[in-house]
Amino acid sequence: MIRKSPATLRQLIQEVGTVDAIGIEERVSKYGTRSIKKQAKRAGLKLAISMVDLTTLEGKDTPGKVASLCQKAIRPHDDPELPTTAAVCVYPSMVKYAAACVRGTSVKVASVATAFPSGQLPLKLRLAEVRSAVDAGADEIDMVINRGAFLTGELAMVQDEIAAVRDCCGPCALKVILETSELETYDLIRAASRLAMQVLREGDFIKTSTGKTSSNATLGNNQVMLEAIRDHYFETGISIGMKPAGGIRTAKQALQFLVAVKETLGDAWLTPARYRFGASALLNDLLRQWVKETTGVYQASYTFSESSSAY
Amino acid sequence: MNRLPITKTPKCYVGGAFIRSESGRTYTLHGADGKFHSNIPACTRKDVRNAVEAAAKAGAAWAQRNAYNRGQILYRIAEMLEARKDELASAIALTDTDLKQAKREVEITLDRIIHYAGWTDKFQALLGSVNPVSSAHFNFTVTEPMGIIGILAPEQPSLLGLLSMILPAISAGNSVVALASESRPYPSILLGEILATSDLPGGVVNLLTGSRKDMLETFASHAQIRAVTAVANLHERTAIQSAAAECVKRVQFFSEEKPIDWESANQQGLYAIRSCLEFKTTWHPVGV
Repeated sequence: MIRKSPATLRQLIQEVGTVDAIGIEERVSKYGTRSIKKQAKRAGLKLAISMVDLTTLEGKDTPGKVASLCQKAIRPHDDPELPTTAAVCVYPSMVKYAAACVRGTSVKVASVATAFPSGQLPLKLRLAEVRSAVDAGADEIDMVINRGAFLTGELAMVQDEIAAVRDCCGPCALKVILETSELETYDLIRAASRLAMQVLREGDFIKTSTGKTSSNATLGNNQVMLEAIRDHYFETGISIGMKPAGGIRTAKQALQFLVAVKETLGDAWLTPARYRFGASALLNDLLRQWVKETTGVYQASYTFSESSSAY
Repeated sequence: MNRLPITKTPKCYVGGAFIRSESGRTYTLHGADGKFHSNIPACTRKDVRNAVEAAAKAGAAWAQRNAYNRGQILYRIAEMLEARKDELASAIALTDTDLKQAKREVEITLDRIIHYAGWTDKFQALLGSVNPVSSAHFNFTVTEPMGIIGILAPEQPSLLGLLSMILPAISAGNSVVALASESRPYPSILLGEILATSDLPGGVVNLLTGSRKDMLETFASHAQIRAVTAVANLHERTAIQSAAAECVKRVQFFSEEKPIDWESANQQGLYAIRSCLEFKTTWHPVGV
């Protein structure tokens, strides 16, 4: 892969270091073996709930659907012990409805922008989209990087675009989506992470995927990005957040991701300010396991989802 | 030439795949002659939970298949079972010695499958109704599958008892999580292999083996299992009823104390299907 890559990309990979893919796979395969039970599980579930960016990114989204999503984010379950989710994540056109729903609560409004999910629009239009999302009341912006430019080695362009979006964000936190499935190798994921982080501010995030491609967040690419964040922190002292997105559906998976965070970055990253889950179905399973832990009885999946059918 | 025997690892049939127990534990099965036969998966409540997930995944599509097609698939199960008749009979005779009786059990089981294959597209007409009401409404009742049905099979007959309980449930369009006979589990292992090669979609029938004591509570309390059919003693019945009440689950018992004639035609038919169904009545305004 390195040999086929453009010279600038090869140089970047050399600068930031390559990834031992076998080592990463081996490392993450052990995360599932941690025994997290009872009190630890309850704490983990609660933490995971507080880190969820409850997401709806569909063509059929309506203000009504966004409103019910926001209600769920504000009050995920009738158990008062449970926190709100970190944010709701919607398309720019839905931001104003979401912002109105969550006003006065701790739930933030995240908006995807920059021609999500492909990013294939002129920069001027992408920046205009970011501005309109910010104006509509978004607290956080999820942008996609220009993968085409990255893979052809136009790294300065990729970085400048990220910086331009950052400047449009103002006080909003920025989450930079690398779309790991289109980068294909761990080396490139690490290189893209480091490239993006060079222009990010404290409190900004890097994010695995759009959730719109076949392969999404895995423990493997999560691990590569966490280690990139760690290296960046050691070099610059700037702590960047992380958001795996797409494909995390079960509480069990979420706990494994949290194990990865704890064992790679430590407790300082175990907060919604620095770690998020981009997911829509995950919250239902977290709640289901929470009620199981509370009552000792396995719950039906449909009790926690919108679907009212028997299955 | 002296060949090394190739021994089989018995596995449970869950979600269309053959699994070991989640814990990896097994218990040994000995034949009636006292010889070691095999290590049977000792499933636990976690396996019940996983089987429920599998049943939930498969259930909706099974319920939506047209009734005639469900009948065809049931018939296909009989075709597959017919081909492995002798193997099944010797699996039953492994613990119960009487091969002639075992053959008889397999034959009755086969007939029972065919019996239910015929029912799948007929019970709707017999159980549904158009109801006379004294207002301007067209009032009708239709049947719907319940969802996931938990089954606790009798210790014996290990094959006939198990299938007599599974068949009405899947005929009605439900999916099933069944716990096979603890002392005579081997026929259920073979049944899994037979179901896998029939056209029954994976996950519609999930077969577990292991200690009934370990799993009974979960069958009764798991909220997604909408009904439990069990052959149970008084103590077990009480335990199931109290846990089932928490999630308003339907329970149906065969009491273990009374001998059940599983071979009898009374153990099959429309009423067995009816107890695996929900009824929906619709009031549709007419005239005005």
